[in-house]
Amino acid sequence: MATKVVSRDHGRRRTAVLSHLALGVASLVALFPIAWLVFISLGPDKDDYLHPGRIWSKITFSNYAFVTEHTRFFTWLGNTALIALLTCVIGVMFAATTGYAVSRMRFPGYRKLMWVLLVTQMFPIAVLIVPMYQILGDLGLIDTYGGLILVYCSTAVPYCAWMLKGYFDSIPIEIDEAGRVDGLTPFGTFFRLILPLARPGLAVAAFYTCLTAWGEVAFASTFMLDDSKYTLAVGLSSFVSQHDAQWNYMAATAVLIAIPVSAVFYLVQKHLVTGMTAGATKG
Amino acid sequence: MTVAVDGAAPTNASKARRGLPERLRQSWQKHWYAYAMVAPIVVVLGVLVLYPLVQGVYYTLTDANSLNSARTIGANHIDATYEFVGLHNYADVLWGPTAWDRFWSHFIWTVVWTVACVTLHYVIGLALALLLNQKLRGRTFYRMMLILPWAVPTFVTVFSWRLMLSDSGIVNTALGTLHLPQPQWLEEPHFQQLAAILVNTWVGVPFMMVSLLGGLQSISADLYEAAEMDGASAWQRFRHVTLPGLRPVSATVVLLGIIWTFNQFVIIFLLFGNGGAPDAQILVTWAYRLGFGQQPRDFAQSATYGVLLLSILIVFTSFYRRWLARNEQV
Repeated sequence: MATKVVSRDHGRRRTAVLSHLALGVASLVALFPIAWLVFISLGPDKDDYLHPGRIWSKITFSNYAFVTEHTRFFTWLGNTALIALLTCVIGVMFAATTGYAVSRMRFPGYRKLMWVLLVTQMFPIAVLIVPMYQILGDLGLIDTYGGLILVYCSTAVPYCAWMLKGYFDSIPIEIDEAGRVDGLTPFGTFFRLILPLARPGLAVAAFYTCLTAWGEVAFASTFMLDDSKYTLAVGLSSFVSQHDAQWNYMAATAVLIAIPVSAVFYLVQKHLVTGMTAGATKG
Repeated sequence: MTVAVDGAAPTNASKARRGLPERLRQSWQKHWYAYAMVAPIVVVLGVLVLYPLVQGVYYTLTDANSLNSARTIGANHIDATYEFVGLHNYADVLWGPTAWDRFWSHFIWTVVWTVACVTLHYVIGLALALLLNQKLRGRTFYRMMLILPWAVPTFVTVFSWRLMLSDSGIVNTALGTLHLPQPQWLEEPHFQQLAAILVNTWVGVPFMMVSLLGGLQSISADLYEAAEMDGASAWQRFRHVTLPGLRPVSATVVLLGIIWTFNQFVIIFLLFGNGGAPDAQILVTWAYRLGFGQQPRDFAQSATYGVLLLSILIVFTSFYRRWLARNEQV
């Protein structure tokens, strides 16, 4: 009896050690490219990335100084922040009302709407980008924040609506009924009762739309022509698409770009798992 | 009274006898809350997705390119002069003179790319999720670390990988110290493909991991206890409790993963720059190059690729869902 307990304990400990080993290696793989970028960004010369060993002796923040002082970094940052924030607010609002309607109300055509939302996920940008460019041109929205925000909403909202529908499904319908009995309108029920309960789901949706807008390249580089309207993604690519690639500035900018997103990420990550699950399981 | 929260569909035996306007009015009264809630997104999708789609489909039937489309140069407006050519574009793309080089080789690579990436995402994601789901010291820390690739914008990490994979970058230096061959990741065709899969796997695993971790946590612990009581081995518990419990999550994330990977644009586009690596281009990036990366821009061919891509995905999704539904019944 005693030996059995001991051997079982032993087995447990071995499993734990192996788990730590595997997770440690995986974390290292996950962390390394980011850490490497940070390291390269500290080398002052543009070909330092070829001889990373030499960086140790001359670590400096000069790249950061150059990027923030002599490029349009802050303009791009402002543009990106504005676009991401507005996309986030507008997108989550649309996605929440749509998700709620699809979750609770059996109106004619709701199944078709669900199908359309899924199909929208499949749209390769290649088929859309040319006609979208022309429509935005006709509407006078090329090179404007509004145009880009609309485009991002049209790509992010369908997924978020799906996810939120799953989340709303997990909130008992009795709550809606109680609200109605107490004399709330459907909008009142939605705003006062359901939205507060769905906060984790909303956090995930907000995070998703923010991330989409923050890191999108194809639409932004096609629709924003003036370099005072660039988002960070487009501005960053302009460092390396030139003939001499300025990798050191690129790395510094990339680090600066990643910091705010990671901060937002840290704030919402608590809700991430619960929010994702509800969406993924019931979607 | 309007009822917005209605679980069961009303029986319309009595309504069928009334006139159409009356029924429309009633339907509107009953459902206007719902319509008001979905209206904004329906309008945006209509204008920015449905209309472009229709227009895109129309382009595929013409020989539109940037030289004959309507455009404005300075003060002069030049009208479109492209012509209707019927299904010529489809025929040309699918079995035209160089169809193999332009379409089929990219098609096969796209399928290989999708299958390889989604398999790797799923297997690695599941393994990590299982590890994180144990009672383990520091698992919150590990989770944060492992989610990190997801938090950093993709375009940033792609540039980081470019630095690491370049000829004398850290990856080759490491391989060199181990006396292993040092391939030119970003220049040689097969290694370009390998590099693309590698980077996309790194980018995509966190999403799978988080979703599957959520799925694991929703499986009741009682099931595991019962299985253990019955003497099931770890593998049997995994096979008969974990996998079936994960089914709903897996079905959704695999479908999404396939759609996203199939249409994954940024990674290949940025890893090799616009114009590089013809062999590593998947159909989406290839179509983009036709429409935007060359002069004259070939709108018609680009749109044709787009429509073909969308059709492939819709057909695939229908079969996938039918297959899921059939499995559910068994």
